[in-house]
Amino acid sequence: MALAGLFLISFLGVHLGINLLILKNDGREAFNIAAHFMVTNPVVQSMQWVLFGGFILHILLGAVLQIQNWMARPQRYKVEGFSHTSYFSKFMIHTGLIIFAFLILHLVNFFFKAKFGEMPEVMIGDYMYEDMGLLVIEKFRNAGYVILYIFWLLFLGFHLDHAFHSAMQSLGLNHSKYTPVFFGISRALAIVIAGGFMIIPLVIYFS
Amino acid sequence: MDLTLKIWRQKNAASKGKFVTYKISDISPNSSFLEMMDILNESLVLRGEDPVAFDHDCREGICGACSMYINGHPHGPDKAITTCQLHMRRFKDGETIVIEPWRARPFPVLKDLIVDRTAFDKIIQAGGYVSVNTGGVPDANSIPIPKVKADLSMDAAACIGCGACVAACKNASAMLFVAAKVSQFALLPQGRVEASERVQAMVAEMDKLGFGNCTNTGACEAECPKEISISNIARMNREFLSAKLGAQKPSGSAGGDA
Repeated sequence: MALAGLFLISFLGVHLGINLLILKNDGREAFNIAAHFMVTNPVVQSMQWVLFGGFILHILLGAVLQIQNWMARPQRYKVEGFSHTSYFSKFMIHTGLIIFAFLILHLVNFFFKAKFGEMPEVMIGDYMYEDMGLLVIEKFRNAGYVILYIFWLLFLGFHLDHAFHSAMQSLGLNHSKYTPVFFGISRALAIVIAGGFMIIPLVIYFS
Repeated sequence: MDLTLKIWRQKNAASKGKFVTYKISDISPNSSFLEMMDILNESLVLRGEDPVAFDHDCREGICGACSMYINGHPHGPDKAITTCQLHMRRFKDGETIVIEPWRARPFPVLKDLIVDRTAFDKIIQAGGYVSVNTGGVPDANSIPIPKVKADLSMDAAACIGCGACVAACKNASAMLFVAAKVSQFALLPQGRVEASERVQAMVAEMDKLGFGNCTNTGACEAECPKEISISNIARMNREFLSAKLGAQKPSGSAGGDA
């Protein structure tokens, strides 16, 4: 769970880095070249299967562990859980399910289109590239999509708030000096990743 | 003080059980929570009713018997105490107090607020001991132990096995209890000899008994009457990982065999 989660965090970092290129004021050139690289490079293409594996492992393990956890307390309390706890840790299955549901929509919107659908094309230098950037911009001119994505990313942020430090603890990496730093990294990752992705639809919509 | 108590009543392990409401008046704010329960029970006996069954023994926060889930907290709302150390001044006059037994599949309710915590004994039997011969009392300085390690081991050994960690955990996980028992030995040289086998056996037993998994929520640490830290859980995870990944199997044909 922890290892798959950490791997998915690293994927989010790469994904965000490439997405932010769309905000560069160069007629989507850098973004389209990066997107083209991601769908054609053989190393990236083989990593894609590892990534699917990571997603499936994280989701399946999460579901199995959650079912075991529910089974461990067949009769619930009348007055439940007022203990001081890490808040979002109590809702990882719920935030996870929301992320998963929107992930399917997200894959249909962009990934499957880029992979199997008809793509607009654009000339960069001497070559023709798929105009992935145009696809993104058209989607985010629609206020409904922008609101939907912001909502989705908010829950991604909530999920990430209890991600990095929890993975460290599960792997046994707890230390009086470094554990508070891990908590800081977790919060920072939640804000930077969710916030970073949110900027893109907002900037596109309002420009 | 006048109070309304909503208490879980269950005749025996097989029966269904339900909440019963009791009104109780003229309780001194200086009485302990268990004394308040005693007063309630006396009045029930006088009325010819069955008194509320609850576990209690030392009444000074050492034995860990007094398992009550009070208003959403194991051992009540105060930090780092057991139910017997809780006083009625912590509550407001006229307040409604909901009292429930520990809820976990491995802790079945026997009667009212009493649960069967044999599961913890089974985990200890699986490996929570030192079975190597450690000899007589050694000279005080013959085995140097860093102060930090001695202190951490003592902190872990403060666990009284009350089960509040399981009761507080949203997953009914026993990780804090098992981690404390693993840690108190793993930190000291006498316990290190069997550390690898111990952690594997105790974790396997914990899983077999049907406790939930740890999601690093931290409710156990917040509710533990002995303030056992979840850094012990990380230590157990470390011990478990290195035991699973690193432990070598002895080859059958080693020359040392008799």
